[in-house]
Amino acid sequence: MSMLHLILNGRPVDIDVPESRYLSEVLRNDLGLTGTKIGCNEAECGICTVLVNGTPIESCVFPAFKAQGATVETIESLSQDGELHPLQQAFLDHGAVQCGICTPGVIMTAKALLDEKGASLTDDEISVALKDTYCRCTGYQSVIRAIRQAAGQNVAPLLPNIQPAGDSIGRPHPNPQSRAKIMGRARYTDDYRFPGMLYARTKRAGVPHARIRSINTAAARNLPGVRAVLTHEDVPGHNRHGLVIDDWPVLCDDKVRYAGDAVAIVAADSDEVAAAALERIRVEYDELPVVSDAIAATKPDAPLVHEGRDNGNLLRHIKVDKGDIEAGFAAADAIVDQTYRTPATEHLFLEPECSIAVPGGYNPEDFGGTLDRNAARGETATHDKTTIYVGSQIPYQDRGQTAAALGVEPDAVRVVATLTGGGFGGKEDITGQIHTALLAEKTQRPVKMLYSRQESLLVHPKRHATVIRIRTGAKSDGTLTAVEATLYGDAGAYASLSEKVLTRATTHAAGPYDVPNVKVDCFAIYTNNAPSGAFRGFGVTQSCFAVESNMDMLAEKLGLDAAEIRRVNALDIGRATSTGQVLRESAGLNECIDMVDVGMRGKDFHWTWEEGNSRFAWGLAVAYKNTGLGGGAPDRAGAEVEVWRDGNDSIRAEVRTSSAEMGQGLPAVLAACVAEELGIPMDNVDVLLGDTDYCPDGGPTTASRQTFVSGNAARLAARKAAKKLANASSAQSVRARYDYDAPQTRALGTGGDMHFAFSFCAQAALVEIDMDTGEVHVRKVIAAHDVGRTINPLTLQGQIEGGIVMCIGYTLTEHYIQEQGKPWTDVMARYKMPSITHTPAITSHIVEHPTSGGPYGAKGVGELPSIPTSAAICNAIYRATGVRVRSLPVDQDELLRAIRTGADEIELAWGDLEPIPTIALGCER
Amino acid sequence: MANASPNRWDRYYTPATVAEAIELLQQYDGQARVVGGGTDLLVETRRGLHRPAQAMVDVTNIGGLDTITSDDGHIVMGCGVTHSQIVTNALIIERGSCLAESCSVIGGPQVRNVGTLAGNVAHALPAGDGTIGLLALGGEIEVAGEGGSHWMPLQESFKGPGKSFIDRHRQILTRLRFTPTAEREGSAHHRVMRPQGLCLPIISMGVRVKLDDDDTISAVRISMGPVGPVPYLAETAMDVLVGGPATPEQFRQAAEVALNSVSLRASKYRASHEYREQMVRTFLPMILNRAVERAQGTGL
Repeated sequence: MSMLHLILNGRPVDIDVPESRYLSEVLRNDLGLTGTKIGCNEAECGICTVLVNGTPIESCVFPAFKAQGATVETIESLSQDGELHPLQQAFLDHGAVQCGICTPGVIMTAKALLDEKGASLTDDEISVALKDTYCRCTGYQSVIRAIRQAAGQNVAPLLPNIQPAGDSIGRPHPNPQSRAKIMGRARYTDDYRFPGMLYARTKRAGVPHARIRSINTAAARNLPGVRAVLTHEDVPGHNRHGLVIDDWPVLCDDKVRYAGDAVAIVAADSDEVAAAALERIRVEYDELPVVSDAIAATKPDAPLVHEGRDNGNLLRHIKVDKGDIEAGFAAADAIVDQTYRTPATEHLFLEPECSIAVPGGYNPEDFGGTLDRNAARGETATHDKTTIYVGSQIPYQDRGQTAAALGVEPDAVRVVATLTGGGFGGKEDITGQIHTALLAEKTQRPVKMLYSRQESLLVHPKRHATVIRIRTGAKSDGTLTAVEATLYGDAGAYASLSEKVLTRATTHAAGPYDVPNVKVDCFAIYTNNAPSGAFRGFGVTQSCFAVESNMDMLAEKLGLDAAEIRRVNALDIGRATSTGQVLRESAGLNECIDMVDVGMRGKDFHWTWEEGNSRFAWGLAVAYKNTGLGGGAPDRAGAEVEVWRDGNDSIRAEVRTSSAEMGQGLPAVLAACVAEELGIPMDNVDVLLGDTDYCPDGGPTTASRQTFVSGNAARLAARKAAKKLANASSAQSVRARYDYDAPQTRALGTGGDMHFAFSFCAQAALVEIDMDTGEVHVRKVIAAHDVGRTINPLTLQGQIEGGIVMCIGYTLTEHYIQEQGKPWTDVMARYKMPSITHTPAITSHIVEHPTSGGPYGAKGVGELPSIPTSAAICNAIYRATGVRVRSLPVDQDELLRAIRTGADEIELAWGDLEPIPTIALGCER
Repeated sequence: MANASPNRWDRYYTPATVAEAIELLQQYDGQARVVGGGTDLLVETRRGLHRPAQAMVDVTNIGGLDTITSDDGHIVMGCGVTHSQIVTNALIIERGSCLAESCSVIGGPQVRNVGTLAGNVAHALPAGDGTIGLLALGGEIEVAGEGGSHWMPLQESFKGPGKSFIDRHRQILTRLRFTPTAEREGSAHHRVMRPQGLCLPIISMGVRVKLDDDDTISAVRISMGPVGPVPYLAETAMDVLVGGPATPEQFRQAAEVALNSVSLRASKYRASHEYREQMVRTFLPMILNRAVERAQGTGL
């Protein structure tokens, strides 16, 4: 230990700490300044940025003693005497805060820039300064606007041009938690420190496929400071979890099926001791042959990932059949038949997974803490049952799965949702929830398990890698006559949500078009890769790339305009989806196409042109995405609203549901719905999300469903509460609960409505290709989204900008590479999400075709913006260069080779080593 | 003494003088490691890629070695000088353009604010941008150790990929210097990257050109990486250019000769052999041209 002296946020600080500390650790752990967040510990993501002597540095790899004697500024210093710093105010005004985990780092990086440049700063300077400070949610456009406003430039928040539907509905409003986030006061799971808390780590398999011969934990148990080491033998209940099929071991028993499998868990007095204990656990394996490719895994002699199944590695064969496929192609004047490949990708939410479990009977006083008898949750509260603090997308399923593993009833477990630093589908499956609960009950202490970024990359489910062959036929006027497709999806080692995701890929494989004859076969296949699961777009992102690439090829063959061929076939009222669902309302695709088409075709419009060594071109793509679970699954959300009059006789309310906020803006949506019903200002509505003892089940936060289902539940609960309040005395608070059931849907293959609503969009991308290097830049995106009804234009704009930029990453930068079941992408430095330098100018139009069942007509939009961008970009690349991209992400090396040799397509993406395999169409029925 | 925690150190020193730093290294007898900004070293250390050191000797706080000075016909940079200092230094922007350009593309701002040119050089990566820039300028480095200090040409410090002849447990790279470009001289740097998950250049190239009064090239240096285990000085291409006119044809010729004299490799997920070749063909003439324009006083 040595004395470290800092001038921290204007005050001298002397603290005795080990010289081996990094600055981020001293700030967060030793000084309790948890406003500074840690995303990677690799100096890659920049969210840990603080100012040392006025200069931005990444505190995660900055030795604390390197700052000896220096001035250090963190987010906590920014607002003085309750006054927000101009940057903080601007981030609120512009909705530049979503999940908020990056916000302190982004703001501190921007502050140094602002201090240096003042009012004159330019977009280019912002782009240079923030190049390595990443944000996964916003797409950066709102961040740029906010920084310019803070610099004193006259920049208004960019909002869609809509007519507000109410006093709260349709009005811009920051998310209720945003204020805490910009001040560094928002608490994510890793920011909690319970008295007596232990630190846990997981022993990972490291090998992709092996039979476990023995697990020896004796040496780890004997290490001083180790409180518990658990293996499968210590799981009292069901040693499996899974959202659809319970095939995922809590702790592996007979074998391991991917490199990230959990074999043992340790709780110790410190994270260092826990890490050291892992090194002392000896696991003997008999390694098994590895299957790491979905198509190879279907071969009769392929190694079996799960033994004893009738279908080998085939997890599910999903089919869509409509009309007569042969007659459809016979009627076609032109046919395009092409095979595409899409990569596994990583959510890269900037907050790595973290869970804390607190044992039943916990009293902080037993560990030297203070007790607050009024506290319902947190470090000063008692806990009467096993309680898990986690930023999760599905609190109630976490509860159920944890209870099953503990061998107790679900209501013997409580899940408290903390703020979530990004999810995007990647925080639906179990990670540390069960492990910490087991360790907490074993040790009778709170236990925290924080994944390192590298562990996060290894463990959680990815977006499905796919190979997709699509044959599309059309008449000479562009009318589609038939679509036939085969999809292979790599499900990885465990089922997770593969069946659901790939069902969505399958049902959307004819695009948002009325196609009379459709035949699609999709195979979800187990492999020894990391499991695949939910990821914004939920399978549709993959099939849309293929569908919309084929549409442009078909248009070219037929000599048709790209917008026109889409208009001819666009789904509309009275037209039918590939599953035979006839749309009766809320189908604004044609209007979306028109708005984008008009926006794109200004004066002197050209599809493509040259400037210097660059070629520019526009590309167009459209998409649709279901709102809600659909397919016959009951789709229910409950909400409770409590209403009371405060001391000034103003009506106040709190709405409670266990839906999840991960940055998408749900609290503001719920508050708007309740405020609208009660006729009160939104600021009078508090939102409590995700405490399974206090909030009704909102169901999973997935499938772009929460605005629709929880929005409805909140609205209808508020309506009930308003009636009660009218009859209550002024001193009384009233409560009402509403369990909203979305309209009944039908299972795939049974006809009728598979979904209760669809959202539609069109996007045009202006792309620049550097003809010297093959580098691709997206310069502009014009988008139009039919969202039914706008609830909050500020957060809606953020969802659209962020979704588009995320899909730019899918198209140009991202590939989670696995080699024979081992991730090559094992550090964040090997996975690049879009930085501020990738963000294009975005013009977002909103189309409102209300859906009758939605709250005020709204339907989901969380996923939709992240679906068609890849095809729009690749259609533009084709127009600029004559090269059709068949595999993502686009490789500049391959693209330049094709440009130089005159090749008309590329099938190797960045990270691909093998050509796209040939797959057959026309699976026997 | 055992290390307190894995992939860390027990003591972190920030000596104020070179003598004090050398004394610490002697005292630890190979168990201490010199660290500059640490933006590469500490990331690698965290990942367990280096043998544990008992102590880190941070040389960025040494008095007088955190500045850029003009001295005896040289521009001299102390080992505490960061990439950001170089990028914003008016003298280097004007009279060592290729170093300013090469340092400006390293990492992001936070890394440039902390990472040092001395660290970039001592890391000895085959394509460290700052190193490539300094190599083109004909840079020299000063190495201090137990027996005193001496200046040496930069290119003599490279031993292999990531390996330097500077013993980072016993010696300190204290200063770096180059002769600024004079009248009729210019320099330039260019790098090609990819946007995916690799932070290493596909190709990084620097040039320094001197013109006679009749615009004949009288002297030239061309540095490139990665084209082999160490940063490469393209001497055959330099020979082609010296004494000839500064024309596009000559520049193209120089690129071909450079390509003939090296074996560009394909590296998985980074670049094909052909792509690298193409980038040399495209950008070596481009930066030669830019350096010539600067020498003529017509370029930016």
